[in-house]
Amino acid sequence: MFSRWLERNIKYVFPLPAVLFVLIMMVFPIAYTLRLSFFDWSMSSLVPPQWVGLGNYKTLIFSDPRFWPSISRTFSFTIAAVVVETVLGIIIALLFNQDFKGKNVLKTLFLLPMIATPVAIGLVWMLIYEPNIGLANKVLQLLHIPPQLWLASPKQVLTSLVVVDVWQWTPMIALMVLAGLTSLPTEPYEAALVDGATRWQMLTRITLPLLKPTILVAVLLRSIDALKTFDIIYSMTGGGPDFHSETINIYSFVQGFSYFKLGMTSALLMIFFVIVLAISFILVSARKGGET
Amino acid sequence: MAGQMKDPVKYLQRLLIVVVVVAFLFPFLWMILASFKTQQQIMSPQNMFAFTPTFQNYKDVFAQYDFLKFILNSFIIAVGSTLLSLVLGLPAAYSVARYHQNKLGLTILVARIVPGITFLIPWYILFTKLHLVDSFTSMILSHMLVGLPYIVWIMVPYFENIPIELEESARVDGCTIQEAFFRIVLPISGPGIITASIFSFVFSWNNFMFSLVLSGEKTKTLPIAVYSFLSYSEINWGGLMAAAVVITLPVLILALLSQKYIINGLTAGAVKG
Repeated sequence: MFSRWLERNIKYVFPLPAVLFVLIMMVFPIAYTLRLSFFDWSMSSLVPPQWVGLGNYKTLIFSDPRFWPSISRTFSFTIAAVVVETVLGIIIALLFNQDFKGKNVLKTLFLLPMIATPVAIGLVWMLIYEPNIGLANKVLQLLHIPPQLWLASPKQVLTSLVVVDVWQWTPMIALMVLAGLTSLPTEPYEAALVDGATRWQMLTRITLPLLKPTILVAVLLRSIDALKTFDIIYSMTGGGPDFHSETINIYSFVQGFSYFKLGMTSALLMIFFVIVLAISFILVSARKGGET
Repeated sequence: MAGQMKDPVKYLQRLLIVVVVVAFLFPFLWMILASFKTQQQIMSPQNMFAFTPTFQNYKDVFAQYDFLKFILNSFIIAVGSTLLSLVLGLPAAYSVARYHQNKLGLTILVARIVPGITFLIPWYILFTKLHLVDSFTSMILSHMLVGLPYIVWIMVPYFENIPIELEESARVDGCTIQEAFFRIVLPISGPGIITASIFSFVFSWNNFMFSLVLSGEKTKTLPIAVYSFLSYSEINWGGLMAAAVVITLPVLILALLSQKYIINGLTAGAVKG
């Protein structure tokens, strides 16, 4: 009897545990954070949360000195990283799109930056950027360029972090584009050869337009993750020096778990959530638009 | 072959490929080299590549800190969260694939979009009340949120590609749907399940943010242990690099052993859309 009932309701029973998990661990927390964003509370058991309405949002938008800079840093970081990664990734994919000995071994090695533990990666790059003993300044010395402060410089810190992100994630875009390249049809190229097209024309008129959906997916996934970059920044600089690498994610974390201003943090997170959602939405509709 | 190499464009391409691969691997090489250097050798980089290697950093890491415990913690949490995510994720992914419950699939993927800290605050409050901060329960539950979306993401297209005729012929022989799932679909889904499990394991092993808030002395994982070394006044670079090698090595070995699966998993989204 039971197996009959199970069979009839399988499309509800099978997803149920996962759905319950998602409700309890995701939906409930998002709702709770939204509610908390209208309160002032520092996780004290003596002082209960106090209703402040839109107060937290107003404070952030109109009088918080760290809010707007963190927003603009988040965008600078994301745009710089994703643009460089996409351009480099496409070039590398085109370079790898041919048969040669050891191609699979190289593809595998190429995976390593993106799956290595980010905190460990952060340590290695901290050693490379170290102003006195680091490799970065040794290389500059060879080129007769004066040594730089890198992570310790308010002006260079964000760029230095973008370099780490580019190193980590260019391989992902390259591998995705490479997979796209191998599934392209051959007919357009044969036709183009007959018409006497040059390599450059085939690249810009056939390959890139055909790859557009793949590239957009790669850009979408990468943008979502880049906006949320946490491990590398928090472990390497903690948002410093003087908040100059403090993105929204880092700022939220510090507000929440260093200062325990939970209401303010929740408001910050809601704004961040809306930004990430809006950008995902824009990129998804750009992709849909490209298909029709 | 010889004729090919004379083509200057081909030659330049090969050269560029080598340059690109070396550039992306260099930080790993640097990490491994520094882990075998003494602090003095790191401070005075006269001989960057030629030096007498020392194993002292590795001995220190295991002798001075309870590194084996951190490895064990990371392992328990990564394996535990992966297994539980499979138990929840596989039937859900199957259902999404067979009954076209796309909205459901999308909901689970939202976990990838929402910034992790949004969950962390309520969890932290809840787990504090339940006295579950610094427990394997809270660590495994939070890491499942990293693993479950990957498992669903990878398994939905995988199940969709399994020909439905296989199940239909089993049904004709009197199997129920759930029997067909366990006896027919799961056994032939090995490669997909391996890919999904590797992703779930690696991202739990690497996880920093959730562990930073929810772990403590008892459940400290490797990334948190290494991060806490940084706060000492004088940075012991050799020791840090040895610790970095110890954390990264299992992930790298796993990746090299299963590279085919990982590339498939990463690109699944691109081809499938």
